Amino acid sequence: MTHQRQNPIETWLRSDRMPHIWCPGCGIGTSLNCFVRAVERAAIPKDNLFVVSGIGCTGRVAGYIDVDSFHTTHGRAIPFATGLSLARPDAKVVVYSGDGDLAAIGGNHLMHAARRNVDMTVVCVNNLTYGMTGGQLTPTTPRTAVASTTPYGNYEHPFNLPQLADSCGANFVARWTVFHVRQLTRTLTKALRTKGLSFVEIISPCPTLYQRRNRLGDGTQTLEYYRDHSVVRHGANTAEVDIDFQGEITVGEFVTRERPSLRECYEARMREVLQDDFAPFGVRP
Amino acid sequence: MTKREAQPLRTGLHFMNGNEACAEGAIAAGCRFVAGYPITPSTEVVEHLARRFPRIGGMFIQMEDEIASSICFQGAVWAGHKAMTVTSGPGLSLMMEHIGFAAMTETPSVFINVQRAGPSTGLPTAAAQGDIMQVRWGSHGDYAIIALCPSSPQECFDLTIEAFNLAERYRCPTFLMMDETVGHMMGKVRIPDAADLTVEPRRNTTRAPGDYQPYATYDGSDVPEMTRAGDGHAIHVTGLTHNEKGYPDMSFAVHDALVRRLQRKVHTHTSELFRLEADGLDDADVVVVAFGITAGIAAYAVTQARALGRRVGLLRLITLWPFDEARIRTLTANARAVIVAEMNLGQVCLQVSRAVQGRIPVHHIGNPGGPVIEPEEILAAIEGAAT
Ligand code: SF4
Repeated sequence: MTHQRQNPIETWLRSDRMPHIWCPGCGIGTSLNCFVRAVERAAIPKDNLFVVSGIGCTGRVAGYIDVDSFHTTHGRAIPFATGLSLARPDAKVVVYSGDGDLAAIGGNHLMHAARRNVDMTVVCVNNLTYGMTGGQLTPTTPRTAVASTTPYGNYEHPFNLPQLADSCGANFVARWTVFHVRQLTRTLTKALRTKGLSFVEIISPCPTLYQRRNRLGDGTQTLEYYRDHSVVRHGANTAEVDIDFQGEITVGEFVTRERPSLRECYEARMREVLQDDFAPFGVRP
Repeated sequence: MTKREAQPLRTGLHFMNGNEACAEGAIAAGCRFVAGYPITPSTEVVEHLARRFPRIGGMFIQMEDEIASSICFQGAVWAGHKAMTVTSGPGLSLMMEHIGFAAMTETPSVFINVQRAGPSTGLPTAAAQGDIMQVRWGSHGDYAIIALCPSSPQECFDLTIEAFNLAERYRCPTFLMMDETVGHMMGKVRIPDAADLTVEPRRNTTRAPGDYQPYATYDGSDVPEMTRAGDGHAIHVTGLTHNEKGYPDMSFAVHDALVRRLQRKVHTHTSELFRLEADGLDDADVVVVAFGITAGIAAYAVTQARALGRRVGLLRLITLWPFDEARIRTLTANARAVIVAEMNLGQVCLQVSRAVQGRIPVHHIGNPGGPVIEPEEILAAIEGAAT
């Protein structure tokens, strides 16, 4: 008996671009699956979702999702998305990129977008390495981990991304691994409904480079590590969620706050000062 | 203040500096979003817009750096707005990658560059005309741009509108090459009625989803029709080499066709894009070529030389890129020498030399930025060339 089921997220994908470039066991596809389900749950119409990526393996998400999508320059998805978001207050703007793109070359923009609390969801697939260029050190690579540019093991202090986003003022900060598909989908739904900047870090395997080079097995073994070493701590102090090499991974929804967004701050201030002379920017629904 | 500032178009006669005139030109052209980072000597442009925009439905955002500014405004462009960024040398250097991105993605983009003396931090408050080659060649790979160069506050207004119109028509990075002196020069600026302005609208497609490919050229013009995010076309825009659908395509044939089209769509229009003012060329033995702030000084020197009986003509360049070598060759066909006066060490001079193909000598008068060129320097060069 032949039994073919359509991919349930098929309508959200550019099927004419399949097969995708991601390796077997890579977590990016899983993250995208959760994301699309979250978009459906959040009931965002297709024409109202704009996805912006930078460069890298995760940066290719913009090319596979069948909505208005922008594959920008390395590290600059966030400032592009800032212009898009300010110009289209009725739309949902999502930045979907990797740890190297968002935290290294784009780190400054991440900080400032969180500070301004721009209306956008930032999805950061963190596989602890640069996949596209062959497994180099990123600012999130744990100490002692081997990368192609740290052949003797990483000796730098890595970033703790939830703490970074939290301390800069993001309205919503969470982390899951790609093992936690249900929780991740739920959290992404919340993130998509958040005003201001929401930041979701997704810990994800890069079996081809990070796992292989550190002799950590394949994608399945990595999922087992996520299952066995993740601890759910909602509301955890983000200063305490660092990830050590193969250590415990704190997951959950860490921060939910209601700081007014950039647009709200702008419009409130202008109304206060200019009153009826103020004419807001951007297309209204 | 209230009533005047609420009007998008301030029709009437004004006394303002070049930077303010540029800002008013942007408003007149329909620009309603500007992302920028403060940098001398350009800052008055964004300061002016920061005051004006909230009253007319526009928005200025001061970004964290020029890298962010130069892509932030492109996000607003894809949402359907006219938008721009404003900078000077060091900021322009940081924007190079996004000039290439605008070229590759065919984003109608306006970059205002109020030039100062470089390299590096250089002389931040002193004028220069040293970014001519950088705007043409600064980003990696082959592409085409348009660059206009105003000589007066009035032209800052007029050419800012023109820059927006050309950016829309050709969908390429378009530059307004001001300099510190023109930016800070006060002068009369006449802002016309809306009816007397030519403002080119975005050429959005009327094709239905499924019948539209964002990088296909349906009218044979080499410039694709555009669309806006949210209009139902589910477009993909990428800086990677892409096919007509906008999808990444790594084949050499697609790359070759795309990059050649990006150049061709501008360069086949070089003769109509290349604007200049020619004065007294009919009997000229010596032709002085100048642009921007230097053009006014050259005009004074030419007048003096004519009073001394020298047969001198002036070519004031308004368009710097694309550069029409054939036109320069024709206009200097009867001359015995050309003098290029510019505040750099020989950038437009290289273009002019290419144009005359060694037929006559091309002399360069210039400095690496700082003081404007004195008319006496140009006059002395005319004397030297004429004898
Ligand atoms: S290189 Fe790593 S991150 Fe990139 S697709 Fe392969 S597994 Fe995924």
